[in-house]
Amino acid sequence: MGAQMKEQDMTPLLQVNGLTKMYGPRIGCKDVNFDLYPGEVMGIVGESGSGKSTLLNAMAGHHAPDRGEVVFDTRTDGPVDTLTMSEPERRMLGRTDWAFVHQHARDGLRMSVSAGGNIGERLMAVGGRHYGEIREQAADWLGRVEISDTRIDDRPSAFSGGMQQRLQIARNLVTGPRLVFMDEPTGGLDVSVQARLLDLLRSLVREMGLSAIIVTHDLAVVRLLADRLMVMKDGYVVESGLTDQVLDDPQHAYTQLLVSSVLQV
Amino acid sequence: MIELENVSKSFTLHNQGSAVIPVMEQVNLRVNAGECVGLVGASGAGKSTLMRLIYGNYLAASGRVMVGDLDVAQAEPRQIIALRRETLGYVSQFLRVVPRVAALDVVAEPLLAVGTDQVKARDKAASLLAELNIPERLWSLSPTTFSGGEQQRVNIARGFAYDYPALLLDEPTASLDAKNRATVLRLVEGAKARGTAIIGIFHDEAARDQVCDSFVDVSAFSPRVAA
Repeated sequence: MGAQMKEQDMTPLLQVNGLTKMYGPRIGCKDVNFDLYPGEVMGIVGESGSGKSTLLNAMAGHHAPDRGEVVFDTRTDGPVDTLTMSEPERRMLGRTDWAFVHQHARDGLRMSVSAGGNIGERLMAVGGRHYGEIREQAADWLGRVEISDTRIDDRPSAFSGGMQQRLQIARNLVTGPRLVFMDEPTGGLDVSVQARLLDLLRSLVREMGLSAIIVTHDLAVVRLLADRLMVMKDGYVVESGLTDQVLDDPQHAYTQLLVSSVLQV
Repeated sequence: MIELENVSKSFTLHNQGSAVIPVMEQVNLRVNAGECVGLVGASGAGKSTLMRLIYGNYLAASGRVMVGDLDVAQAEPRQIIALRRETLGYVSQFLRVVPRVAALDVVAEPLLAVGTDQVKARDKAASLLAELNIPERLWSLSPTTFSGGEQQRVNIARGFAYDYPALLLDEPTASLDAKNRATVLRLVEGAKARGTAIIGIFHDEAARDQVCDSFVDVSAFSPRVAA
């Protein structure tokens, strides 16, 4: 939620145009278009196989889409289509302004390296060289994600699932990215652990003025975290809009089904 | 400040034979700065629906829903987000919060969102919670564990933390004792005096007569049943 951002006519941070990914004759995601502005959090919901993770991975450059553009407003050169960037340029972006939080923390962490090392590694990738400073920043970030700094030398394999997920978030955010992609960040965690993670994500998003794209199948998660929502089915975006409008007054048949299928507690 | 012109609303239920249910038509309504308009009409007549149309969680089928110079019926999500942050407040009947966030922070959040500094925002939140008789020992706890009446008062404190130019109040005095009710009415009067345009639903007639300058009966907007 773009804390101190004023609604000046700013450039979108990310513009996705006609993004399409096919798996042979089968549609992964098709003709996806949207603009994301600085400080906005967008949720993407849909059932398994709806194409939401395919879309996220295509935007993040994990696999090459068949058509379309993913234009990012870079610090140095302004808006650039990331799909036409050279591999080293894209890798640099992935270490600096972009971050990706995986559903399974072990996909985003190095399990054989200490917690402090996991955080420090990303700092070193952008040129951090001073050991003392790196360790200090790692300890600071462990504190921010509520992991005791006495655990700094422990390996993530000795952490609980919720702690691993928080460590992954620390590793991703330490370099001050401007855009964070998240794939089911609370999936597979106990509800009490989820609540803690949601609270943490919300405050980090606000304090750092981050923009984020969150893929999830949990409507409660998007209601709490996302300003805007896209609903996907069979690879297409069937509805998009303000989160509470899409959830309170869904227009598309599939969204109505999705919203009415949630169990009330 | 708030002006609705020829607004209509219907729901299409795609999973029930695509039934189209018209719920409102020909809604015309105007609220000036410093004015409080009370919505009246039987339960189910559409008072809350009208509020949601103005706040933007319901999409109008036609017409204009102006808040300041933004037409909510046509606006982009980010324009509505900015409107809700800076211009239009809404005290709903239910508090919806992230678990684990302290009551004090829940109330301070709208101020932080417009860039007020931490200390000032928390001071304002504390004074509102005190005014609404939420015991200080509860301030650091999440309101998810509070009683219904306490949650409602936290919700009201949150709605009045930042001075919105326009405010929607959905039954802010329901189930409050006399003392807290008087406090809420004082907050409403204070907002009016600062020039806030208010639309309110008050079941309590005495409260309604005390703060409202005029009334709109929403049953007048019910679609005519074809004879």
